[in-house]
Amino acid sequence: MLRVDNITVVFGGVTAVKDVAFGVKNGELLGLIGPNGAGKTTLMRVITGTVTPVSGSVSLINTSLDRKSSHERIRAGIGLSQQIVHPFRSMTVGENVAYAAGYAKTRNPLRSILSYSRKKEMDKAREILKLLDIEEVAEATPTNLPLGYLKRLEVARALALQPKILLLDEPLAGLNQMEARKLADKLLELNRLGQTILLIEHNLSEVIRICGRIIVIDNGIKIGEGEPQKVMRDPDIRSAYLGEGYNNAAS
Amino acid sequence: MEYEISLLTIMGISIIGALSLNIIVGFCGQISLGHAAFLGMGAYTSAILTKMGVPFAAAVLAGMVVAAIFGILVGFASLRVRHDFLAITTMGVAFLFLGIVRKQEFLGGEMGIAMIPDPGLGKVGYMILVLLLALAVALFSIYLKRSWMGFTFDVVADDEDTATLIGIDVSSYKLIAFAIGTAFAGLAGALYAHHVKFIDPESFNFVESITVLSMVVIGGAGSVWGVIIAAAALSLFPMWFQFIDQYKLLVYGGLLCAIMLFSPDGLSGIFTRSLANIRGRESNASG
Repeated sequence: MLRVDNITVVFGGVTAVKDVAFGVKNGELLGLIGPNGAGKTTLMRVITGTVTPVSGSVSLINTSLDRKSSHERIRAGIGLSQQIVHPFRSMTVGENVAYAAGYAKTRNPLRSILSYSRKKEMDKAREILKLLDIEEVAEATPTNLPLGYLKRLEVARALALQPKILLLDEPLAGLNQMEARKLADKLLELNRLGQTILLIEHNLSEVIRICGRIIVIDNGIKIGEGEPQKVMRDPDIRSAYLGEGYNNAAS
Repeated sequence: MEYEISLLTIMGISIIGALSLNIIVGFCGQISLGHAAFLGMGAYTSAILTKMGVPFAAAVLAGMVVAAIFGILVGFASLRVRHDFLAITTMGVAFLFLGIVRKQEFLGGEMGIAMIPDPGLGKVGYMILVLLLALAVALFSIYLKRSWMGFTFDVVADDEDTATLIGIDVSSYKLIAFAIGTAFAGLAGALYAHHVKFIDPESFNFVESITVLSMVVIGGAGSVWGVIIAAAALSLFPMWFQFIDQYKLLVYGGLLCAIMLFSPDGLSGIFTRSLANIRGRESNASG
């Protein structure tokens, strides 16, 4: 489905990501984890085209995304939920999702000016909000909503684009344990419904619980890949992710 | 009676001018401080062409096209700069327009262009034409706001970066907002030229840009009805009450400050909030 080949990113002489390669299979829920500053979000930005790598390439279903701009990559089939929530605050939660659901009508300006009805998209938005258990705030504006709702709204809006792959950048960040667990369960449910997901996350226990496979990066380098339990048993990964002291204490 | 006809004609032209800027500023969220330049482009194009014998309708259309072409060029600036930087860039465009027009002999230089041909509709006929065109621009604005293009303008005005990350080609939509807005500005300028029959660079100076912007801000950026009411009021008052005309800048400046301080969403915001309060009180009373 998605292939990231030998990506290297350099910011002002500092290598943020070095020669990272991985693939996401169709229907998979892949976790991308790593400590703070490991390069997870940079990788996500390379995939969406907001950061240009010095080398490497990204492809989606055997089509190269390298020469495509960010909006073209999204149109190619990527749905993105950002780490810091960015709802459109001038519209309701329902309209936020309905707008994304009308992506076919906004593909080109001529079609957008000739399209008027929003009914089909509003119905679709209600369906998606129901799926994510936030349909009760469909008419509310995002300004006064708690973070838990806004995180789900980010996922709902990305989902409304009917993406081939959903990129989730720390969707559980800032949520309490119970909310994080509920949202993680929801992501697992989406995956079981057939949605391919690349989950970039800091919440290790939830990633291990819901992901079928994980990739671990540290200091911009891939240091592990495989089944979560197996990967996390690797002493090198434990010390990189949890600190040297963890292994010493464990031993 | 002739004076009232002239007032209504100017009011119609002001409404078209204000609605044209509302598409750029109110709908798409792109600040523009040089809108009078596009009114000027429409006015000069139409005036010169009709003096060369081109029919009125074709000349007005050409004025719209010329303004839209330059509008798209300025729109490219909005792809590179945002917010206050865009405001300064568009202000620069207004001064650039004045600087160029003043030095071009074929545009009349400082003296301007006089004896602009009459469209031959009579004063009442011309007033009706202007008011019908104002109505058409208002209806188009209402349609545009409710269409998916208007929905996209809302999204671009709200958060351009996030718009890109849900697949929106933000650049194209911004350029289209500039093209439509400046084309209507060209229309307003052309109608103005054929109404007053004389134009010079001062007719489209920076103060005129601020006047049009005041109509949009006071009415409520993005609100078609608010902008129409503000444009009608602000174009009529200085002509009805001559003393206001002398203190026009003072009055507009004061109104702008008051609106920014007490109701940044303009008259339409005041109206919407009042309506919500009345409805709230009614539902409390019935509950």
